[in-house]
Amino acid sequence: MFPKPIEKQPRAAQISYQAMLPLALLLWLGPLLAVALFSVKPAADFTSANYWGLPSSFEGAHNYGQVFFNSDMPRYLLNSFLITVPTVIGCVALSSMTGFALGIYKFRSNIWIFFMFVAGNFVPFQILMVPVRDLTLELGLYNTKTGLVLFHIAFQTGFCTLFMRNFIRALPFELIEAARVEGISEWRIFWYVVLPLMKPAIAALSVLIFTFIWNDYFWAVVLTQGAESQPVTAGITSFNAQFRAAYQLMSAGSIVAALPPVAMFFLMQKHFIAGLTLGAVK
Amino acid sequence: MSAVDVPEQESWFHRNQQRIAPWLFLAPGLLFFMVYVIVPVFQSFNLSLYEWDGLGAAEYVGLRNYEDLYWEFYDRDAFYISLKNNLIWLLLYLAAIPAGLFIALFLNQTVWGIRLYKSLFFFPFVISQVVVGLVFTWFYDPTFGLLNEFLGIFGLGPLNVLGDERFVTYGIIFAGLWPQTAYCMILYLTGLNAVDPEQIEAGRLDGAKGLRMLWHIILPQLRPATFIAFVVTIIGALRSFDLISIMTQGGPFGSSRVLAYYMFEVALSEYGFRMGYGAAIAVILFLIMLCFIAYFLRSMYREERGY
Repeated sequence: MFPKPIEKQPRAAQISYQAMLPLALLLWLGPLLAVALFSVKPAADFTSANYWGLPSSFEGAHNYGQVFFNSDMPRYLLNSFLITVPTVIGCVALSSMTGFALGIYKFRSNIWIFFMFVAGNFVPFQILMVPVRDLTLELGLYNTKTGLVLFHIAFQTGFCTLFMRNFIRALPFELIEAARVEGISEWRIFWYVVLPLMKPAIAALSVLIFTFIWNDYFWAVVLTQGAESQPVTAGITSFNAQFRAAYQLMSAGSIVAALPPVAMFFLMQKHFIAGLTLGAVK
Repeated sequence: MSAVDVPEQESWFHRNQQRIAPWLFLAPGLLFFMVYVIVPVFQSFNLSLYEWDGLGAAEYVGLRNYEDLYWEFYDRDAFYISLKNNLIWLLLYLAAIPAGLFIALFLNQTVWGIRLYKSLFFFPFVISQVVVGLVFTWFYDPTFGLLNEFLGIFGLGPLNVLGDERFVTYGIIFAGLWPQTAYCMILYLTGLNAVDPEQIEAGRLDGAKGLRMLWHIILPQLRPATFIAFVVTIIGALRSFDLISIMTQGGPFGSSRVLAYYMFEVALSEYGFRMGYGAAIAVILFLIMLCFIAYFLRSMYREERGY
């Protein structure tokens, strides 16, 4: 293990390491903790310039209550879910098939199609912006959740295909050959042999895509406008406009908006990191 | 009695199954990807030769949009500033890689509770850039921001980072480095986990330690992690939009614009719907990205071919 395990170091080094850990963490998360502190302060603390002292009264329930019951925030959160969940399902469905096709079959254009997916995944959003916005307008899907979902599915398919294809490549190919010898049709091989083995990849992709889509801001701004379809990332700007200078409410709103992916991360940590670090180890 | 080998009556589909199947599996994904990603790239190229307000008829203007961009560059106008800022982003964003490695080395221990520490250090990457932007806007706030509280201890400040043309881009990049460093950290933590302990032991016996060990024995084994960190950091730097939009909207006086933001501003904001001009900016950004994409694909291709 590198660096040298701390247990093998002198006692003093061990103690200072243990002491440094929480300090470093405090420093690292400082800006975020500040927002958390803001979100439980009463409005009066901001008018009396008591920014960094202890809250003069604990108003967490009140502030978060305002966010949930007195603003459009629940609406935005619901929109985010209604955009994110179908996207995750769509991406996983499409990319398990494309990944299967590119991972299992040998045909001449295989690698070029694969590279097309990978390259497309890297293009700047701006070069897609005007045509995609036009297409969405023409389909009558501008300012709808469906319009956003369709685009997200299409774009994320690039990354998901890369992911699925590499995962399937690592599966034992003999399984598929054995099934073919048995005369099982290709579709059934996909459904009964390969798909069950892909569960870990599907789990990892689902959490990753959930986070990516939840946190998307650019496309939300380009393809949606009002509270009826905007996800929380775009909604928070109107939320902040509504509560201008009410720092306690803006902080509480930000924390609420950030929470779902954070919860997802902590619940599915292993899958999340496995997905994110795919390829980081040979 | 000789049995005549009657081949089983198979349908055409059945016989050619293995040739057709991949295309059937590819069809839905490929269709979506073509319609929403590949075709729009070409459409944007085409659109950049037109002048179009998004509603009326588009007027063909040849390369005039690019000519205008050239003059903006020549006059050190918005396009020049955006391009310059993009370059600054690219260079400074790379700091996430060594910073991530540093934190990963710091956390690669097995003391009690370390797993929770690792997760909490990773935290900034999971929250949306919009929230990161808000958090840092308050962090830099000249009246109550933590930064100025901190500077105040030394009798410095107040410093209005986001209101000062000299500092604004660096301030935003610093905010962006926060989640990006977390990402690089997790890549390196995973990489460090897989480092061959025997090589470390061999290195120790040869008297290598500290930085020499890191440079000669550890880093070569972390190459795959470094490659991915490099890819995601470059892409992230060129995609920087959310933070700028949230923190400054390109200001003050357009000094924190990058191409991604400038394009959006030109094509889709109150400044007017100049779609063709926006597309020309997007094409430039795309061509910059294309250099990196080509490099990444070449590396991947070599790996696929196994040399």
